[in-house]
Amino acid sequence: MAKIKGAIIVNAERCKGCNLCVVACPSDVLALQPQKVNQKGYNYAYMANPDNCIGCASCGIVCPDGCIEVYKVKL
Amino acid sequence: MDVNEIIKPENLVYRKPTLLNDNTMHYCPGCSHGVVHKLVAEIVEEMGMMENTIAVSPVGCAVFAYNYVDVDWIQAAHGRAPAVATAAKRLNPHKLVFTYQGDGDLAAIGTAETVHACNRGENITIIFINNGIYGMTGGQMAPTTLEGMVTVTCPFGRKPELNGYPLHIGELLAKLKGTCYVTRQSVHTPAAIRKTKKAIMQGFENSMNKKGTSVIEIVSTCNTGWKMSPEKANVWMTENMFAEYPMGDLKNE
Repeated sequence: MAKIKGAIIVNAERCKGCNLCVVACPSDVLALQPQKVNQKGYNYAYMANPDNCIGCASCGIVCPDGCIEVYKVKL
Repeated sequence: MDVNEIIKPENLVYRKPTLLNDNTMHYCPGCSHGVVHKLVAEIVEEMGMMENTIAVSPVGCAVFAYNYVDVDWIQAAHGRAPAVATAAKRLNPHKLVFTYQGDGDLAAIGTAETVHACNRGENITIIFINNGIYGMTGGQMAPTTLEGMVTVTCPFGRKPELNGYPLHIGELLAKLKGTCYVTRQSVHTPAAIRKTKKAIMQGFENSMNKKGTSVIEIVSTCNTGWKMSPEKANVWMTENMFAEYPMGDLKNE
C-alpha cells in the first residue's frame, strides 16, 4: 500500500483559533498554540504532530476562515 | 520526510478558493457563515461564472458578504433579497442570481417576499442560513428558535403558548409549485460540507436551467448567540437543531 504523507500551512494572522480544525482532524495533528498569539490575540492553530498528517484536507474544509492550505505526497 | 519537502505547489490538494479574497472576515471564530462563503466561492469558480454572478446579501451578519466573495453584490433592504433578486434575474436572465439570507431576514421580516418569489418560481437560488437566533443584533428570539431555547428576549426559554412554534420555512416552501429543489443541509463536518456543496451546486444549475426556485437551507451554529464554544455549538446543533429540523431533501424535481 502506498504510504501517504501530508502537511499543512496555517495562515496564522487569518486564524481565529476556533478549534474546529483540531476537532475535525482524524489523526490528531493539529492543536492550538498554548502560548503564542497572533496580532488579533487569538491562539492560532499549528501542526503539533506533523508526522501523523495524511493530507486528508478535513481541516481545510471545515475552516470557516479558509486559513489552511493542504499538501499531500505519495511515498 | 521533512515538511518543507511536502509543501510544494505540485502537491497542493486544498486551499481557499481565489474568489474568496484576503480580507479577514468579521464573523466570530467558528461561525458557519465562513464555510458557506467558501463553498459559494468554490462553486462559482468551478462553474466559471465569476463574471456572470449577481448575489444579493441580506441584513444580518452576512450583510458584509460583498467584502469577501469577489462577485457582484446587491445589498437588499431587510428581508427583501428575493424581491431584488427577482428583478436582477428577470433583467439579466443569463446571469447566475442567488440570495444569501439568515433566518431573521428570510423567515421573519422577509417571509412575504420569500413565499411569493418561491410561488412565482423565479429562477433564483436562495441560500438560507438557519441558526435559530438573531445573531447580529445580540441573540434575540427568531421565528426559527427552538421550543424551550433560551435567548435574550426569551430568557426562560421559548414557550409556544406565548411565542408560537418554530417556523419550518423549508417544509412550507416545498409545498409551493414554484420551487423545484428544497433541501436542508448543515456544515458541521467535512462530509456534511461536501453534501452541502453538491446541494448548492444543484441549486445554481437549476436556476441556470430555468427550473424554478431552489432553496438550500443550511442549519448552522451561532456560537456567540448560543453562548457556547464553536465545537460545543456543533454538538448542541446535532442534538437539538437536527431533531426539529431533520436533514435531507424536502423536494427534488
